[in-house]
Amino acid sequence: MSISEKSIMSEPSEAGRFGEFGGRFVPETLVPACQELEASFREAWADPVFRAELDQVLREYAGRPSMITECYQLGAKLGIRLVLKREDLNHTGSHKINNVLGQVLLAKRMGKKRIVAETGAGQHGVASATAAALMGMSCKVYMGAVDVERQALNVFRMKLLGAEVEAVHSGSRTLKDAVNEAMRDWVASVESTHYCLGSVMGPHPYPWMVREFHRVIGSEAREQCLERYGNDPDFVVACVGGGSNALGIFSGFVDTDARLIGVEPAGGAAVGRGQPGVVHGMKSYLMQDEYGQVQEAHSISAGLDYPGVGPEHSYLASIGRAEYPTVTDAEVIEAFQLMAKVEGIIPALECAHALAWITREAPKMQGKTVLMNLSGRGDKDVGQMMEILG
Amino acid sequence: MSASVLTPLEATLRAKRDAGRKILVPYVTGGLQGWADAIRAAAANGADVIEIGLPFSDPVMDGPIIQEASQRALDDGATPVSIFEGVRTLDVDVPLVVMCYYNTVHHAGHERFASQLVQAGIAGAIIPDLPLEESGPWCAAADAVGLSTIMLAAPTAPDERLPRVCARARGFVYSVGLLGVTGERTELAATASQLASRLKKITDVPVIIGVGVSNSAQAVEACKVADGIVQGASVVRRLMEGGADAVGAYVAEVRDAIDAG
Repeated sequence: MSISEKSIMSEPSEAGRFGEFGGRFVPETLVPACQELEASFREAWADPVFRAELDQVLREYAGRPSMITECYQLGAKLGIRLVLKREDLNHTGSHKINNVLGQVLLAKRMGKKRIVAETGAGQHGVASATAAALMGMSCKVYMGAVDVERQALNVFRMKLLGAEVEAVHSGSRTLKDAVNEAMRDWVASVESTHYCLGSVMGPHPYPWMVREFHRVIGSEAREQCLERYGNDPDFVVACVGGGSNALGIFSGFVDTDARLIGVEPAGGAAVGRGQPGVVHGMKSYLMQDEYGQVQEAHSISAGLDYPGVGPEHSYLASIGRAEYPTVTDAEVIEAFQLMAKVEGIIPALECAHALAWITREAPKMQGKTVLMNLSGRGDKDVGQMMEILG
Repeated sequence: MSASVLTPLEATLRAKRDAGRKILVPYVTGGLQGWADAIRAAAANGADVIEIGLPFSDPVMDGPIIQEASQRALDDGATPVSIFEGVRTLDVDVPLVVMCYYNTVHHAGHERFASQLVQAGIAGAIIPDLPLEESGPWCAAADAVGLSTIMLAAPTAPDERLPRVCARARGFVYSVGLLGVTGERTELAATASQLASRLKKITDVPVIIGVGVSNSAQAVEACKVADGIVQGASVVRRLMEGGADAVGAYVAEVRDAIDAG
């Protein structure tokens, strides 16, 4: 089947492509593991027993479905109807748990004993450590040394949950280097270990599989919006680093008339400023220099400090189905405080990017319904904001 | 089974192997301080092919030593172009190949990169993050100008995969010695000889073990099965610690050891 015969955001091609993006650019050592993972995921995802098991743990452990919340005060102030999808209320405080519970259940089904994960802000690391604790697997999390410093509480959380955390001192010492180190671990441990990748990136089948594990966000939100308002939102907005929370919520609305907006940090705008490139197993937009050296991203939010983006975002951008504007750190700091003061919700700095775009663009969206994925809570960022705001 | 196309590199290596010589392939990170002299020293002390690493920002197949060497080279301003310029002035008479990550190739463009290699007098390329399924467009560009694309074979490959890897390999097959990244190990992994032996049974292309062959004793052991060995981290560490002379002395030591068998 060619891509044109499939609806957008269904399966990638046999080679794991979304248009020209995606693929499986990994060392030979990892090719059989990626093939095995693809086959196992395909089989599990079609198996009602696996789906029921995952649904149960999402419901009873993660707390799904997550609700939607209308921001009456902020909405009135901005002249829009602002609706939040509350992924911040999931167990562990972000959307990351959806993917991790899926992957760890799958890894267990595949007979793996150990998981490795990378983390930026620490949310995926915490979620991985949590799922590993729940399902009795050992867990090692790689985290850039810079992030270890700015997210010390999450490091301690992971350790409390029984995970080993290794600070990565190579390269830019942030998320991209944590991915490199996790891949190096996996190259050496592939027979016993599952790499629990935290976003819609990496080699096939990860971008597809991780999006499917987050599809629940969009499916619930679509139903909740229809039930509450009788129609679909006009805008669906989410922040984008690798882009998993955005694809999760986009998947519920890609076949509606809603405009899909993925907000990137100005200092890490892979779609906005990048060119097609290949790193971390995938072809996608990538910030790189004139010789193809990957550039370092700079953002106030550790979770978005990533110079690439999931390949399906590159595809959605290339066909014009989704838009990828940027916001500055200063706009993000404003938005972070605004939501806290006006709505009594402290958002993760990542999600404050989505809100920063909404507040900036609100004059052009008067009277419209704007659904924003509040993909994580801001407790982890309070220390950093305390320093910034003095 | 013989390869359908015999590149100049492969013809040279087959002739050496058929004459009973084990093939020694030292690796040097391009742009690292002293790299050009290290290549000359390796060539003068018994190397059969020299592998030149093009430093990359995200070297996922490399362990700490080559990571550090790559970072130092990048910090010193090394680029593929500056390395190719350096290669043109080397004046050594052993074949040279590059080891580079795929984004370096992709960013330059397949045809352009292939022609840059040819102009620099380079005979082949090893691209560790370009597996068989993704290799088509690059291989077509390389084949068109007579460059050898050296395919990697991994210990995790099932039996059905290896013949397809060998059929696509030009020059030699790079038999990955262990599950893991480049770097020195205290012992040669059992997987090294096992995989080389599986490959020798199915291909006539020279089979050379790399990754985790860390000293002359391990080189001798690996050469009992394989047609030769790559020496990577052990060479680069010597270059960083002792300069080009240390590389020359080490290559001579390994040469003597594998010649003595």
